[in-house]
Amino acid sequence: MRIRNLFAVVMMAGIYSLLSAGLFTIMDAVDVAFTEAAVGAGISTVLFLGALALVGHHERKPGHTPLLPLIVVLVTGGALVYGTMDMPPYGDPGNPVHHHVADHYLEESPHEIGIPNIVTAVLASYRGYDTMGETTVVFTAAVAVMLLLARRPRRPEEEEDEA
Amino acid sequence: MREQVIVRVGAKVLVPFIILFGLYVHFHGDYSPGGGFQAGVILAAAFVLYGLVYGLDAVQRVLPPAFVQACAALGVMVFAGVGVLTMFLGGNFLGYGVLAHDPEHGQHYGIIGVEAGVVITVFGVMVSIFYLFAGRGRRSG
Repeated sequence: MRIRNLFAVVMMAGIYSLLSAGLFTIMDAVDVAFTEAAVGAGISTVLFLGALALVGHHERKPGHTPLLPLIVVLVTGGALVYGTMDMPPYGDPGNPVHHHVADHYLEESPHEIGIPNIVTAVLASYRGYDTMGETTVVFTAAVAVMLLLARRPRRPEEEEDEA
Repeated sequence: MREQVIVRVGAKVLVPFIILFGLYVHFHGDYSPGGGFQAGVILAAAFVLYGLVYGLDAVQRVLPPAFVQACAALGVMVFAGVGVLTMFLGGNFLGYGVLAHDPEHGQHYGIIGVEAGVVITVFGVMVSIFYLFAGRGRRSG
């Protein structure tokens, strides 16, 4: 089954995002779910629709056969599945990831930071430096979009001057 | 969408509550899910909704493009400014403990401060990008 109507594709992506947000909620990652719902299902969908309004909502038929993309997808997917074989079992409390710094955060953050939301404590305090970098990345992304999209249409006489 | 009465009235009713919820998500981020990033996106969503329903000109009268672009830069400055402030008070960069007599209170102030920076940047970035996408097709076709 293939969808050539990009409007439908955007709607499906939004629904997928909202479902992932539900999935994150079930896995108790409420902060992530919140972000996914607000950004993935909300703002991105609006921006995709804005882009569709500019480029039209029908995908052109590609000039190549789907064989090569299929092989690439199968190989990448196979490699990823193979990679999961070595991963520790999902949700096991003995996993290494739960015993590096997570113990310290869970046990000490009520005394060191004094706020109940450990995610915020980690993001803003323990890893404040990272979050500052992320904020800068968000800012940089906006600057890049401005450079790409905010060109003012030139008047013909200006173009002649520059040529 | 300019002729749709239900959409117009609904949007107008919703916008203040979305903004209030965004502020709640920011200031209550210490106690409940959410924080600066989510709050910034929710605040931006309020204005995106207004712009979608009432048109780009109406929302740009409220929030001029230059203002939201300045916001995007200002937030990064607020975040780094909190770090510099803690350095001047004798602590480490972004070590919030020195912001108050009680280190725990200092952490509270610091977290709210840097999260405010995140809110301002994310809000400015999201609204700017929406303006760029929405305004692109109008003159150049």
